[in-house]
Amino acid sequence: MVLVERHQDYVLRTVEERGIRFIQLWFTDVLGIPKTFSITPAELENALAEGMTFDGSAIDGFSRVQESDVLARPDAKTFQIVQSPDGSAIGRVFCDILNLDGTPFDGCPRHVLRRTMERAHEKGFSFFAAPEVEYFYFAEGDPSQPLRPLDHGSYFELTVADIGGDLRQQTVLTLEDMGIPVEYAQHEDAPSQHEIDLRHTDALTMADTVMTVRMVVKELARQRGVHATFMPKPLTGVQGSGMHTHFSLFEGDSPAFYDPGDEYNLSKVGKGFIAGLLMHAREITAVTNQWVNSYKRLVIGYEAPVYVSWARNNRSALVRVPLAKLGKTESTRIVYRAPDPACNPYLAFACVLAAGLKGIEEGYELPPEAATNLYEMTPSQLAAAGIPSLPGSLSEALAEMEGSALMAETLGDHVFEWFLRNKRAEWSDYKAQVSQFELDRYLPTL
Amino acid sequence: MEPLLLFPDPAPPVLAQSLDLGGYPWKAAATADEAAAIEPEDGWAGAVIAADEDPEGAFALCRALRKRDVPLEPVLVLVSGAQLADLELREDLFDDFCLAPLQPRELEARLKHLFWRTGRGTRPELVEYGPLVLNLETYQAGIGGRPLDLTYMEYELLKFLATHPGKVFTRETLLSRVWGYEYYGGARTVDVHIRRLRAKLGEEHANLISTVRSVGYRFGQPKWSL
Repeated sequence: MVLVERHQDYVLRTVEERGIRFIQLWFTDVLGIPKTFSITPAELENALAEGMTFDGSAIDGFSRVQESDVLARPDAKTFQIVQSPDGSAIGRVFCDILNLDGTPFDGCPRHVLRRTMERAHEKGFSFFAAPEVEYFYFAEGDPSQPLRPLDHGSYFELTVADIGGDLRQQTVLTLEDMGIPVEYAQHEDAPSQHEIDLRHTDALTMADTVMTVRMVVKELARQRGVHATFMPKPLTGVQGSGMHTHFSLFEGDSPAFYDPGDEYNLSKVGKGFIAGLLMHAREITAVTNQWVNSYKRLVIGYEAPVYVSWARNNRSALVRVPLAKLGKTESTRIVYRAPDPACNPYLAFACVLAAGLKGIEEGYELPPEAATNLYEMTPSQLAAAGIPSLPGSLSEALAEMEGSALMAETLGDHVFEWFLRNKRAEWSDYKAQVSQFELDRYLPTL
Repeated sequence: MEPLLLFPDPAPPVLAQSLDLGGYPWKAAATADEAAAIEPEDGWAGAVIAADEDPEGAFALCRALRKRDVPLEPVLVLVSGAQLADLELREDLFDDFCLAPLQPRELEARLKHLFWRTGRGTRPELVEYGPLVLNLETYQAGIGGRPLDLTYMEYELLKFLATHPGKVFTRETLLSRVWGYEYYGGARTVDVHIRRLRAKLGEEHANLISTVRSVGYRFGQPKWSL
């Protein structure tokens, strides 16, 4: 236990030495929306030791029948000093949510991911993730107004005096100062769309990091009077925002997906992982793509994945296996292209890992590589090749999830049931709406 | 501070980690001759002798250390509960003892007290290397006068590296000495933390930590170029 005490001592001393007056406790609801409350240094010691009690009934996915109080206990290892907009230093720390008796709370997304990673650990694997986060900047965030992109730039475009580019650069520098290394940052295909690629780290830290990145992107934009959004498909007719994520397993120091003797350089573990991911892709989509709007992105024509397939260089596939650079076998990884940046990263990473582990455990056979552009195949050709589609709507995804033992086990009963209930409600609200599309199309003629 | 002499060699992992985390430099030796061979110019700061595995070798070493012209002190021995009787009639061989299995906090408290009593080599407050300053007392780090906002593990890693400048460590060594053996991130974790540390040190100072191809990492300049 000495290490735990040292973590806490470190946090307490740092707060004292740096004259920090507020510590933000961060946690995440079941839908991946960040929640925070602040405490003073005087409360910190007790918070670290026992946690802070709060009423969970107002948090999405935290409500229960009997007891509504839960504990937020800071994970001292995640403590980080950040600069607040007024230039003063504040402390920020991620929390685990516990029941009052100190056991992990079933509704805590961090707990869901940690539990799945521990399962992987029991098999000798550590699980790493590196997402490519896409998002848009708009002149304002008022939904009643037409959206105004900040530019009409495109992929890799070098533009002069664009606020979006400045903001992206400032965001990258801020993230680096916070110890979040960025691999690339670039303008994406669509107007005012940007991408920040994060360097890989263990999936739990990465899920925390995704929460931080979303916060930093939005906050820095807000300071410049701009609205940043991770909404999967804000504009009709152009690319949506995805969160392609690179995943890898390591056994100690060695990349578990790598086998130099294989024609694809993929080990049995690697193949099993991909096969598991493909087999269960339709079941986990409700979590990796959790909003009605997510399915407006998963359509043909905008480089988003639609068909459940894998390939090395074919960018229409759901799972891509990038070639590891020569002599860089440790970078053997797979890219899962379905998730969008509005997912709950804890739950999404947990589901991907659970599906992959299942494939490894059960020794699923890896289907053949998709060699041609899948978007050009006819439905009957796809059916003949045994290539299913991802769910076409939230409703379809929920039906897949509901029948999935893997999802029930991975999320746990509490999250599984709450998620289905909440998302069904979202779907029925949506279903009852009459859209602009319908008015434009039907009002003149029908 | 000069290093502490540790017995046996290799040093028991828990003992090594506790001393590392406490900021005490150390070197391990298996015999008195070996200890003499690697003794620093200004002498050992003291000795921590684990007698629970090989009591005979341990007490022989204690005896040798105390028989020198200037007897080495302080000497702290580590014994199991069953060995308590062995301490009798050996009072002159050590200054204090700790019970194995080791409680790192206890070890640290006892060392602190011993150093206070013998009035020498109290643990260093500041570690400085070029523009980098670490205050071990307050856990604060700064570079070029700018405070570094480190997480706990980043701080511990930087402290470990900065207290061993010029030395190359493998990922496994860093993992076991800084994180302890029970960490589930695996050796990959080390790379990730080094990357974060470099990001925080900033472009100008990122090269304080260099990657030694197919070996591991080194802080500061290699010894031969100093």
